Amino acid sequence: MKPFEKITSNICPLDISNIDTDQIIPKQFLKRVERTGFGKYLFYDWRYNKDKTENTDFNLNKPYFKNAKILLARENFGCGSSREHAPWALKDYGFEVIIASSYADIFYNNCFQNGILPIILQKDEINKLFKLIENSSENEYEVDLENQSILSLKDNTKFIFNLDKNRKEKLLKGIDDIGYTLQFEKSIVEYENSIEFF
Amino acid sequence: MGKTLFEKVWEKHLVNLDNYPKEKEYLEDKKLLYIDLHLLHEVTSPQAFEGLRLTGRKVRKPEKTFATMDHNVPTKDRDKPVSDEISRKQMEFLKKNCLEFGVTLFDINSYDNGIVHVIGPELGLTLPGKTIVCGDSHTSTHGAFGALAFGIGTSEVEHVLATQCLIQSKPKTMRINFTGKLPKGLYAKDMILALIRKLGTAGATGYVIEYAGDAIKELSMEGRMTICNMSIEAGAKAGMIAPDQKTFDYILSRPYSPTGDKLKKAMAWWQTLKSDNDAIFDKEIELNISDLKPQITWGTSPDMVIDITETVPSPDEGLNENEKNNISRALKYTELNEKTDADKIYLDKVFIGSCTNSRIEDLREAASIIKGRKKAESVKLVLVVPGSYRVKEQAEKEGLDKIFKEAGFEWREPGCSMCLAMNDDILEPGERCASTSNRNFEGRQGKDSKTHLVSPAMAAAAAIHGHFVDIRKEI
Repeated sequence: MKPFEKITSNICPLDISNIDTDQIIPKQFLKRVERTGFGKYLFYDWRYNKDKTENTDFNLNKPYFKNAKILLARENFGCGSSREHAPWALKDYGFEVIIASSYADIFYNNCFQNGILPIILQKDEINKLFKLIENSSENEYEVDLENQSILSLKDNTKFIFNLDKNRKEKLLKGIDDIGYTLQFEKSIVEYENSIEFF
Repeated sequence: MGKTLFEKVWEKHLVNLDNYPKEKEYLEDKKLLYIDLHLLHEVTSPQAFEGLRLTGRKVRKPEKTFATMDHNVPTKDRDKPVSDEISRKQMEFLKKNCLEFGVTLFDINSYDNGIVHVIGPELGLTLPGKTIVCGDSHTSTHGAFGALAFGIGTSEVEHVLATQCLIQSKPKTMRINFTGKLPKGLYAKDMILALIRKLGTAGATGYVIEYAGDAIKELSMEGRMTICNMSIEAGAKAGMIAPDQKTFDYILSRPYSPTGDKLKKAMAWWQTLKSDNDAIFDKEIELNISDLKPQITWGTSPDMVIDITETVPSPDEGLNENEKNNISRALKYTELNEKTDADKIYLDKVFIGSCTNSRIEDLREAASIIKGRKKAESVKLVLVVPGSYRVKEQAEKEGLDKIFKEAGFEWREPGCSMCLAMNDDILEPGERCASTSNRNFEGRQGKDSKTHLVSPAMAAAAAIHGHFVDIRKEI
């Protein structure tokens, strides 16, 4: 995995609660056997009209948000299925940071496995951020994982976020989880030798 | 201080990292959890095997790893090749991967095949006190046996394949006490829908739920599985129920359940798998079900639940701006008018199946409602999809298939089917379905499809009438 670096981008807002993984990547696209190529199906049912033309009302399709690397949503983002195709689609599309007030557990874990930073802000901060973006056609922000901050490049408004030290370091260094666990081989074998009945 | 059921299972599975003091300190509150059983299916495993291949890693414990095909398998014409090329490819990949890495596979020609969360218990793979994972959020189902079972993503599937372990933070604990007595015409599905309505879809995020109380003890193992299955719809990491004599009776003499000395040792431990009287939970909730009414979901989230005697809400009922928006959005998507009576919601199709409600008891309940009756003309299709070949065989032995067919229902081969509509069992745009499954998200059963979650008996009755009815008046 690539180490996570500072990201400067505008923020694409999706003012919806409980965005589930069926919306992030509808099931008809889960049949690929690779990890890549899911980006074009991200939010498919919202992004495209019935005749498969782009839904121009949907924020991802608005010219200004086309290249956004940061996604802003509300609570319980990523609820529903465990499909890792959801973060694969977000990453493949170009999102590297998600900001929400809460996430479903499995989705939250899946993000870290794929170098996506899921930031948690308090509900009032999320409200503030939505307002800031709404009222401004220029919303360049800098996400600095090292310093755990989101900074507006326009007016220097700053948000600080909390993050588990362990997860932060893994993202910053791009550490492979499996290699990390395999260093405990001796302890795992000891455990296995002590199993009585399973 | 006493321990909860969850803590007893959790602690038994922690790998001791004293050999690595520096790393142990670095991990802080995180632990290395050993996994006893890893279940796989065709949709969330291909990329995990690919990862192993790329890094030259092996499956550490093939004997603790079992695979099935369920998500996109066809439920009819199985003698013919699978028509959808990509589905076929995914199924072939699983076969190839299992062969290459030495994993036991129950493919669609195997008698042991079925939905992963139905066959685990059926085969005796699911046992009290085990840690169980699967790349599927409804893995929580297995907690009905007192196992700690939860869904994981594909990277974690690869992690477990390679290491048989996961790095985990200890979740919080919540106990739900179901008190009172379940009225006639109500089922486990109504209990769990009522709970999700109360908690919301994120109400249990970060928690492992223990379901307790007399009403849980009264439930069959099938009912308990239905309850634990939908723990994830309340956001929980897992749901658990302490094993009792019903549990032990269910698991003994299954193909993979332990025997002899192993069974004796296991049983001695299983008897201790209950929360101590002085155990402390981070949260406790009581729900009395004596006055519960049949539950149905009206919207696009599993917590959008109403009683059959109620009406669809109006946006004014939202407690804040956000909730009002959610209700408006769901009303628009489901094309329902606010204040529509629940029993005036008309259906195009009905689906009885899924890892929530496709077990023998579910099929018996549905069949008992419709015996000697016919589906409504206006209902275009009623699909009955058993959870496994064993369920199918048992149902046929009892003549349930005949009851369904005589009512004009379709009796199919096992699989996930229309719960997530990855195969041909999919709703047409705009169609409305009564479904015994677990999610009513936008587009879940097909683009622009509308899903109402109910118990098998409620779904069967709706098929007969063409709209929802109060099942209590039917029996």
